[in-house]
Amino acid sequence: MSIELHPPELIFPAEVELAEAAVEADERRYMVSQWRLMGRRFVRNRAALVGGVVIGILYLTALFANFLAPYSVENRFFQYLYAPPQGIHLFHDGRFEPYIYPIKLTIDPTSLRKVYTVDRSRVIPLHFFVHAEPYRLFGLIPTDVHLFGVDDPSAAVLLLGTDRQGRDLLSRILIGSQISLTVGLVGVVLSLIFGTIIGIASGYFGGRLDDLIQRVIELIRSFPTIPLWMGLSAALPPNWPPLLTYFGITVILSFIGWTWLARQLRGKVLALREEEYIHAAEIAGASPLWVITRHLIPATLSHIIVIATLALPNMILAETALSFLGLGIRPPLTSWGVLLQEAQNIETLANYPWLLSPLAFIAVAVLAFNFLGDGLRDASDPYTVS
Amino acid sequence: MLAYIIRRLAAMIPTLIIASMLIFAIIRLPPADFVTTLVAQAAQSGSSSDQASMAALRHQYGLDQPLYVQYLRWIGGLLHGDLGYSFEWQRPVGPLIQAQLLYTVLLSLASMVFMWVIALPIGIYSATHQYSLLDHLLTLIGFLGLSVPDFMLGLIYLFISAFYFHQPVGGLFSPGMESAPWSLAKALDLFNHLIWPTIILGLGGTAQLIRIMRANLLDILGQQFITTARAKGLREAVVINKYAVRVAINPLISVMGMQIPNLISGATILGIVLSIPTVGPLLLRALIDVDMYLAGSILLFAVILLMVGNLIADICLAWVDPRIRYE
Repeated sequence: MSIELHPPELIFPAEVELAEAAVEADERRYMVSQWRLMGRRFVRNRAALVGGVVIGILYLTALFANFLAPYSVENRFFQYLYAPPQGIHLFHDGRFEPYIYPIKLTIDPTSLRKVYTVDRSRVIPLHFFVHAEPYRLFGLIPTDVHLFGVDDPSAAVLLLGTDRQGRDLLSRILIGSQISLTVGLVGVVLSLIFGTIIGIASGYFGGRLDDLIQRVIELIRSFPTIPLWMGLSAALPPNWPPLLTYFGITVILSFIGWTWLARQLRGKVLALREEEYIHAAEIAGASPLWVITRHLIPATLSHIIVIATLALPNMILAETALSFLGLGIRPPLTSWGVLLQEAQNIETLANYPWLLSPLAFIAVAVLAFNFLGDGLRDASDPYTVS
Repeated sequence: MLAYIIRRLAAMIPTLIIASMLIFAIIRLPPADFVTTLVAQAAQSGSSSDQASMAALRHQYGLDQPLYVQYLRWIGGLLHGDLGYSFEWQRPVGPLIQAQLLYTVLLSLASMVFMWVIALPIGIYSATHQYSLLDHLLTLIGFLGLSVPDFMLGLIYLFISAFYFHQPVGGLFSPGMESAPWSLAKALDLFNHLIWPTIILGLGGTAQLIRIMRANLLDILGQQFITTARAKGLREAVVINKYAVRVAINPLISVMGMQIPNLISGATILGIVLSIPTVGPLLLRALIDVDMYLAGSILLFAVILLMVGNLIADICLAWVDPRIRYE
């Protein structure tokens, strides 16, 4: 039996180069930081990227809500109660010149019901950067410029219709997003602070402290969330000022939220505690505070970010549900849940279905957060092959 | 196994005691009590209440006693099966919430059955036809189902039924059916009223189960014992159903335990949205009016429901998977 050997001249230099390049690429992969790898993997995930962009847009909208909204939250058009959404027409006489038709309230002679008819004889041009109601941009800069509006004081631009009191729904949704989107954010930050401290302490110190913390978490988890949230929010005194109620709600939301983070971090830290570099730090005389802040928190940071992103949509939904039930944010503050309160009644829904439009905004925000969170979760462990 | 169940039941007792204290604290947390609610109602109808009559009412309801006495009276009554007295309804709490509790359990159970019946076949199909068009479609629908919470689905359902079906929503029976004796027609009527709430409540969990079932089954289909089974010449149906699915199903049972709190939460809020008699509407009203014994008993039962549900899930898991030993 003869063993065939590759004659040396058959190895092409190009192949060697390729192999070397592959090794080099591998080495480079090992050299780049973990965060770089995560970034690379995240960018490859289209759905997560789109989710991230949508969330960016939503928060920008919330930031500039007063400017984007044509009216203020409490502006009432007494002549347009329960007005339906208006169509917007972009081209007039072949030129880009957005306009709307005015609407008029008539009483149907047979059914005696109020009907809004579109008056096509007259055109109301929409203008950009109009001067209207004064407000403070970011709560600081006094101005009266709105992105769009109508000059005619007798007409109104109501793209999503109005509610029972004749308030423009689009403006209310835009300004309501400020509360809906930030309640979750503040709630998550609070849960992060509690969850990180308690979870890492529980895992790192172990023993009695760990036992106690785990029992407390089990106790809180033995409550179904919605009934517990309802009970806690009902306990908020009704005479509290709106801002205090707002913070009360965020505290209530994080009351359950921190337990998830603490559980997960504890598991992570239990594994990390046995790692050699932690032992090395301890032998070198590092204090627990040093080990936690310099080693454990950085090692679990990607995990913390993922859990926070996935917790945010739940917080937004919880606020919506509570406000919808009348136990959360209360008027004069406006949130998406407060807006949905108007849509509780089946008769209202049948007659004025546009009152449900906040649902679309909630669904988009929640979906975008879920896509982003899923992408971040996949990216947070860049060493696995997917 | 029996020893395990008894141990678990015993472990529930301290948790329940602390939970009951927590519930009592939450309910007595607001500065208001039921008498303030009464005063507010009286003020709305134009009459005013003086301090003396308020104090008399507080004394009548036992609200003037120290908090720990009130708590002990409540908990002492509970041990005798007396859940306290609802100020608002002027009736004992026990009979008042019996039907609602039963309905909450019924709806949750029905949703759970729905979830399993729907999720298992779809999960198996998705895993065995990975990356097919239908798999992608089902994954997308599952993602949507996971993102849209039940109370929003409930609102959308209300809207659709108001617009297209023109049928009344809510309640358990059609008008006139409620007092009728049990018959096939009455059962069918109940089913018709139950089916949509069940689906709405179960949709989120179904999506979750499909995702987990698909991932598990895909994991298991790559393992060697599956290759061996195929190499032996077993039919594909046997390989999937008797070998793979049996192993893949175990984690789903633990997930079932985790879904119980969601189901109870969902049944609560869905009851309010769709005006169906779960404990939700009663709890909301009791909380707003500070009807403390009613609200407290509902919250406590929600906790008990959740704990018992988790225990049953754990027992199921031990029963299905003989590898699990609870010692």
